[in-house]
Order: sequence, then C-alpha cells, then structure tokens
Amino acid sequence: MSTVSEPDRVESADAAEQESTAEVVQNQSQANLGELAAKRTPVPVGDREVVLKLDDVTVSYSGSAAIKAVSMDVFRRHVTAFIGPSGCGKTTLLRSLNRMNDLVPGAIVDGTITYHGHDLYDAGVDPVEVRRRIGMVFQRPNPFPKSIFDNVAYGLRLHGMKDRLDERVESALLKTGLWDEVKDRLKSSALALSGGQQQRLCIARALAIEPEVVLMDEPASALDPIATQRIEDLIGELKDDYTIVIVTHNMQQAARVADMTAFFSVDVSAERGGRNGVLVEYAPTADLFIRPADPRTEAYVTGRFG
Amino acid sequence: MSAATPPLHLRSSTGRARRRRLVGRGMELLATLASVLAVALLAIVVASVIKEGAPALSWDFFTKAPAPFGQTNGGIANSIVGTALMTAMATAMALPAGVLIAIYNVEFAPPRVAEMVRLVLNVLAGVPTIVIGIFVYGLLVVGSGQSAAAASVALAILMLPLIARATEEVLALVPASLREAGLALGGTRARTVVRIILPTAVGGIVTSAIVAVARAAGETAPVLFTSSIVANLVSTDVHSALGSIPLSIYVNSESPSVHDQQQAWAAALVLLVFVLVLSIGGRLLSLRTRRQIERMR
Ligand SMILES: Nc1ncnc2c1ncn2[C@@H]1O[C@H](COP(=O)(O)OP(=O)(O)OP(=O)(O)O)[C@@H](O)[C@H]1O
Ligand SMILES: [Mg+2]
Repeated sequence: MSTVSEPDRVESADAAEQESTAEVVQNQSQANLGELAAKRTPVPVGDREVVLKLDDVTVSYSGSAAIKAVSMDVFRRHVTAFIGPSGCGKTTLLRSLNRMNDLVPGAIVDGTITYHGHDLYDAGVDPVEVRRRIGMVFQRPNPFPKSIFDNVAYGLRLHGMKDRLDERVESALLKTGLWDEVKDRLKSSALALSGGQQQRLCIARALAIEPEVVLMDEPASALDPIATQRIEDLIGELKDDYTIVIVTHNMQQAARVADMTAFFSVDVSAERGGRNGVLVEYAPTADLFIRPADPRTEAYVTGRFG
Repeated sequence: MSAATPPLHLRSSTGRARRRRLVGRGMELLATLASVLAVALLAIVVASVIKEGAPALSWDFFTKAPAPFGQTNGGIANSIVGTALMTAMATAMALPAGVLIAIYNVEFAPPRVAEMVRLVLNVLAGVPTIVIGIFVYGLLVVGSGQSAAAASVALAILMLPLIARATEEVLALVPASLREAGLALGGTRARTVVRIILPTAVGGIVTSAIVAVARAAGETAPVLFTSSIVANLVSTDVHSALGSIPLSIYVNSESPSVHDQQQAWAAALVLLVFVLVLSIGGRLLSLRTRRQIERMR
C-alpha cells in the first residue's frame, strides 16, 4: 500500500517547486483519492458477471430529460458508485433501476434496462417483483413507526418468508452490526434509535428479504462521521453477498467503498438550452480517480469543477 | 471602531416612527380584545348553562324517561339512548366511507379527480343540515315513517365530509418516505396503505371521527324530520323514532311548565359537556398524532 502512495507524495512535492500552490492542492487531493482507491483490492476483471445492463437509458420528467443516453453495466458483487454534481440525475437513474420512478407522475424511462437479461420495463413485468430483488436504501433513514423487530420483519411477512422469522430478523441485524445494540429491545420503537442506527436498521430491513441488488442513495449523507464510517465498513462487508449501487456526493467515500465508479455531469449545451445529466466516464474506481480519461472527470475529481 | 462609526439613532423620535408604533399598538389591542371576547363568550355560555341546568341534574335525570306533563322526577334517558344509538350508527356508516374516500383521494386518485372529490366534499360540508334532513325525509321517511335508522343516515351524511376531509389531511401528513419504504420492500400500494399509512395515521382518523360525533350529537335539523315523533319511553328499537338530546332541549324549552324548561337547561348542559369533552379530547389526540408524525419527517 505504501508503495503506491509514496511516489505520489514525492511527485506532488517536486511539482510544488514549479507549479502554483492551488494546483498542488488539487494534485494532492487527486493523489489522496487515488491512494484511497488503490488501497482496495481490485476485483479480477475476468470474473465480472453483468447483473444490470443499461442501454441508452434516458429518464425524463414531464418530457424533459433529467438524464440522457446512459449505457453501462453493473457487475455482480461489485460496489458501483454514482458520483457527480447535484442535479445531474444520479438519484433519477438509481430509482429507475428498481422502478421506483413509476411512483413519480410524469416520469418516463426510455432505452432498455435489463436485469440478468430480462427487460425491467417489459409490459408483463411486475414492479413489486423487481423491488423484491432490487432493494433500496434512502438518503434519510425512514424506519416505520413500528418496533425494531417489526421493521425488519415487515418485508419478510410481506413475502411470506415467515418460517424462521426470528432467525431471519436476527441474521439481518447481525449483518448490519446492529444486533448487539438492539437485541434487548427488539420490541421498542425504531424511532427511538439514533440516526445512524436507524439507517443500519433500514439496511437490515432491505437485506432481510434477501435481495440480490441493493441501491443506496447517499445512505450516509444525513449521518455523523462515525455513523458514516460504520455504513462504509458495512458496505465493504456486504459486497461479498450483494451487488451494491451507491450514490454519493463524497468522493472519498466513493474511493473507499466502490469497485467501479460512474461520473455523471450536467450537459448544459444540450439542445433547446435544456440541462441533461450525462454519463461522462465509467471505470474501475482507481482508474477514474488516478487516470481520468475525460477532462471533465479530471476537473471534478481534482476539485476544479465549475 | 466606536470613534469611526456615525451616531446611531435607535430611539424613534420621528413622527412617522411614532405613528407606526401607535398603529401597531392599536392592532395588537384590537386583536387581544377580540380573543378575550371569544373566550368571554364561551365562558358566559358555559356559566349560564351550568347555572340554569345544574340544579335539575339528578340521578333520575339520566336514568328515567320524561315524566308525564305536570309531574316531576322525569329524565331524558330516552333521548340519551337515542342520541347514543343514532350517532353510533351514523359513525358506523360515515367512518368507513369517509376513510375510504380519503384513502382513494390521497393514495390512488389522479390529481384532477382528487380535486373534484375534494370540491364535492366541501360542498356537502356546506349543505345546511335542514336540507340534509328534508332530503332523507323524502328518501326514507315518506312512506315508511320516521325511524332512528333514517335519522342516522341523515347524521352520517353530515359526518361524512367532516371525516373524509380531516382524514385526508392526516394521510397527507404521513411522510412520503414511509410510502417509498413500503413500496421499495416489494409491497403493493394497497398493502402499504393498510400496513403502514393507516396505522401511522390512526390517531388522526380517530380524532376526525370524534369531532364529527361531537358535531352530529348536537344537530337538531336532521333528526327533526326523521326521528321526532317519539314516545316518552326508553327504547332501543332503531326502526322506530327515538328521542335525541337536541330535540328534547327544543321540545322542553317550548313547554309552559317551568319544570320542563329546567329539564331543557339540564339537557343543554349534558350536551355541552359532552361536546366540550369530545372536542378537547379530539384536539389533544390530534396534537399528539401530529407531533408523532412530525418526528418521522
Ligand atoms: N420528481 C421530479 N419531478 C420533476 N423533476 C425532477 C424530479 N426529481 C428530479 N427532477 C429533476 O431531475 C434532475 C435530476 O435530479 P436528481 O435528483 O436525479 O439529481 P441528483 O444527481 O440525484 O442530485 P443530488 O446530488 O442533488 O441528489 C434535476 O434537474 C431535478 O430537478
Ligand atoms: Mg440525489
């Protein structure tokens, strides 16, 4: 690990003699992201199995495209991060992956999204079945005003997974590291938990029904640094069993947790003066942060984004 | 710093400022007086009803049917039973219907349709109760005669928009994030409504029913047409006309007998206490529910 980070540090120290101070800072922040990303053990490229395949996906609200022409693959048991400036359509795209956009009147998905080769938006597809396999964790913790146990058991009861209910609830809480904290008060209200605990409860609730994919929209943005750390550690552990797509505003977070990172941006020059989100670059996280192929990515990850 | 800054005139010495202050004071005074007036009015109503009604209250008053004219020691038991039965039946009709309408409006209706339904409910809430009374009279009483059942239909029509609108408000308060959570776990909309939205909003729904009951229990016009020709007997036969508290107030107050007039005051006191307790209880419950829901946001 140190072999990766040392040369970078030396380089930026050398560069300081010629370059302006501002650029040094940028270089360092890029190097730090690269370091973070490089610390992760890369997933062997050959093992990749595509779970979700997006082909020319455009999502529009009442006719205006929020995100346009996205083509990318989400790989099994990888953590895929969506990063990019506010309003570039990260949430919109994420919510189209388990048909949560169906709930927004006027939201339309064009192009194709396939899940193990099945078109998610095919006429016969039941969004309820989709969401059972592709779970979601939201930006703000949203536990039900029920007991801790009932929160986790909710999805299990919904899907008739009532055999070994206690066991399944315990296992989901164990996975999120919440078990020891709540095992003595499973019957008390979930609303009494701290924000970080609530968010881990929401993750446990999503995991209990054994989805294959878990979509997370800035799951730690409402949490303090320690709670954030726990969520990040958790994502690292979950990767062994689940495919995770995470939206984050925090590039360090993307660098720490993600195997693959997609950088989105807002294309202002689009026709009719519209603002469309576009996928700029999608690459293994370390590549994206150390050797961004697109100048816009480089500008963003080095903090020169305008 | 103090040396460089120009002197500040924080004290208002100009005429405009003084006028502004005077107008402000005047408005404040008027508003305060108006609120004091409202409180005073309520206090006067309550005090005079207690003063006139309390002496006539007795155990017999609650347990006995009215005494024949000229005799004392009668009560309004038949009216209490009648009002209880009729409001209960009306609630049994209006509550499920009102809640279903609210659910439809908040969870399922396209925005345009929801707007229409809301408009209709508002109009219905504004229909004078005497019109509701005569409508039910024409519909159910003509031909088959008066009955407590018919009266409860009239009361239900009165309660329906109150319950539907209040329930709709509470359902709309339930955070959208809970709906999303329910759906994201693979629940259908109906499941999410039944298992998450309704339990979250239940306090508010109960409140809406309580407030509507308080309103219906005190209405005279709907029962006047539908359940007013009554025997002075305690009865629970809803196929026949039953007495009601508002009606007994009305009838007793018209009587030349001083005793009957006292009975009217006492009945008014019973009704007033009932309505006040329900309103205050409903209000407290609704505050609690709102606070609980706020915490989830
Ligand atoms: N329900 C909606 N109806 C209409 N427009 C919407 C809706 N949700 C999002 N948009 C628009 O779509 C665009 C993308 O929004 P989105 O929330 O997906 O961005 P984001 O990348 O997640 O932003 P952030 O980082 O701030 O969360 C924005 O211009 C937004 O105004
Ligand atoms: Mg977002």
